[in-house]
Amino acid sequence: MTQANVQPDRGYVTINAEECKGCGLCVEACVPRVLALAAHLNHQGYHPAEYAGSGCNGCGLCFHCCPEPGAITVYKLARVAAA
Amino acid sequence: MAEVPTGYTVLHERPKAFYDTFERKGDLQGQTHYCPGCGHGLAHKMIARAIDELGIQDRVVAVSPVGCAVFTYYYFDTGNVQAAHGRAPAVATAVKRSRPEAIVFSYQGDGDLAAIGTAEILHAANRGENITVFFVNNAVYGMTGGQMAPTTMLGQKTTTSPLGRDAFNEGYPLHVCELLAALEAPVYLERVALGNAKQVMAASRAIKKALTNQVKGLGFSLVEILSPCPTIWKMNPAKAQERVREEMVKVFPPGVYRDRTAEAQTRPAPPPPPRLEELPRLLDLEAHDFTPAADFQPGALDLRIKVAGFGGQGVLMLGEVLAEAGLLLNLDVSWLPSYGPEMRSGTSNCHVRISNRTIASPLVARPTMLLAMNEPSLRKFVADVDKGGWVLYNARSLPADVKAPEGVHVMCVPFTELADTLGEPRAGNIVMLGALLEASGILSREAIDRALEIHVRSARWLELDRRALELGRDAARKELAYACV
Ligand SMILES: Cc1ncc(C[n+]2csc(CCOP(=O)(O)OP(=O)(O)O)c2C)c(N)n1
Ligand code: SF4
Ligand code: SF4
Ligand code: SF4
Repeated sequence: MTQANVQPDRGYVTINAEECKGCGLCVEACVPRVLALAAHLNHQGYHPAEYAGSGCNGCGLCFHCCPEPGAITVYKLARVAAA
Repeated sequence: MAEVPTGYTVLHERPKAFYDTFERKGDLQGQTHYCPGCGHGLAHKMIARAIDELGIQDRVVAVSPVGCAVFTYYYFDTGNVQAAHGRAPAVATAVKRSRPEAIVFSYQGDGDLAAIGTAEILHAANRGENITVFFVNNAVYGMTGGQMAPTTMLGQKTTTSPLGRDAFNEGYPLHVCELLAALEAPVYLERVALGNAKQVMAASRAIKKALTNQVKGLGFSLVEILSPCPTIWKMNPAKAQERVREEMVKVFPPGVYRDRTAEAQTRPAPPPPPRLEELPRLLDLEAHDFTPAADFQPGALDLRIKVAGFGGQGVLMLGEVLAEAGLLLNLDVSWLPSYGPEMRSGTSNCHVRISNRTIASPLVARPTMLLAMNEPSLRKFVADVDKGGWVLYNARSLPADVKAPEGVHVMCVPFTELADTLGEPRAGNIVMLGALLEASGILSREAIDRALEIHVRSARWLELDRRALELGRDAARKELAYACV
């Protein structure tokens, strides 16, 4: 592993699987390709989007491209004072 | 949902301008009713974010359309009005003018705005209403199952253009931004697309700008949003997005079609409406200082008068004076002009009813009095006059071949000629009025005098009309005396 990879990701994303309609537009929008539609179904019968768990850069594009009001929340890494 | 690791703070979350829960249906209170991948959801979210960012949520009034977005009011936690199909710009106009401090947007599909609502959007834009319009162009009627819209692209198949839209059969796609850019008033017109993340970000900026313009009071702003409709297009959401990006933008080029926001001046707020109490004065409807004589007892009164002549003979004015006099006497009156294209030539007539009972219809089909200013009018209406009624005709005698019905009184006086002796043939109508009053003997002299004062503003004409009235009365008295001999 290189030194860069031990740095924490700049962003993080959560998906509310029960509000997601599985349209996949967030997957299309994500440049580092860290989103994918899950193999399982939510209670409505859609494959909800899932975050791979790492690699998010906090660009927010998935949020902007998601048609549902609250399906995606994007977080950014708070600046930590240099040690 | 996964736990958010420590050290992260929220960057983008559900906009506050949405209701916390959507109460449209029992379950699914966190989702919209739109199909997966529908551009409406995206447009809603961008608008909600812009409202949040501008801090205007408590001032916003959303006007929703008919179409898939009809339920907009379930989502925006703002003021909401639902308009009839295509009428949203007119409704938004009314809301904005009566609540100038409100931020009013209409939200419309292409069927709503560009088909049934073409007139409303054109005129709202032309008036430069200080409203914001979000126009979602998905090239079809979504809600009703995919009929052709004015914005359907050439070759595009819909249920009503099953062979693909053909310019010779269905015409060309309507370009709304280009059309509105031909008008002087709009301040901001931009077309955006929802074909990929970059386009979505640009759309988001345009939407915010269109609302900002209204906050600044600059005038009419419209954003056309090229929007995917995966369901009707029978495409998956990614393919539908691609169609917007690859196909739609070629037919409807995105871009700014008008931006006068830099030089536009803040529009003054409309003047406050007059107070209700002031209206009678402003409309010149103030109660007139007139009290009928105490002994005025009309009995069973039902005057049905038809005044007919050619345009310019004062037919309508004669009727108005009669009706006004009836009003002053606290009677029920109606005055129904019938001119249409004959205002300036040909025949015109008016129906006047004066009664001491409620008048059900202002139409006079069986007059008790026919005032015929010329021969065509006489011929047209003489047979309708009711038994016991009167025909007043503007000549020395009836034409040889015209007979009044049985039991109808006839008075032939050359009213216009008499008016000529006053130097003003146009006063012939008032000479005739004088004769009518003498013949009917019902409406008091005082009431008619006052009614004349109300309707004749020029002192010269008032003086003339008073003399004309006397001339008519004299002539009628002579005729009546003659008839009694
Ligand atoms: C007066 C009237 N005429 C017709 C209809 C039927 N109707 C309902 S929605 C619609 C068209 C909607 O298309 P669009 O505005 O493009 O919106 P979309 O559903 O595509 O978002 C029509 C014609 C109606 N509801 N009312
Ligand atoms: S914020 Fe950007 S990088 Fe992170 S998941 Fe969303 S689109 Fe991908
Ligand atoms: S864009 Fe939104 S609704 Fe569509 S799959 Fe992603 S999270 Fe789900
Ligand atoms: S039919 Fe089309 S416009 Fe209507 S909700 Fe579905 S995708 Fe959206």
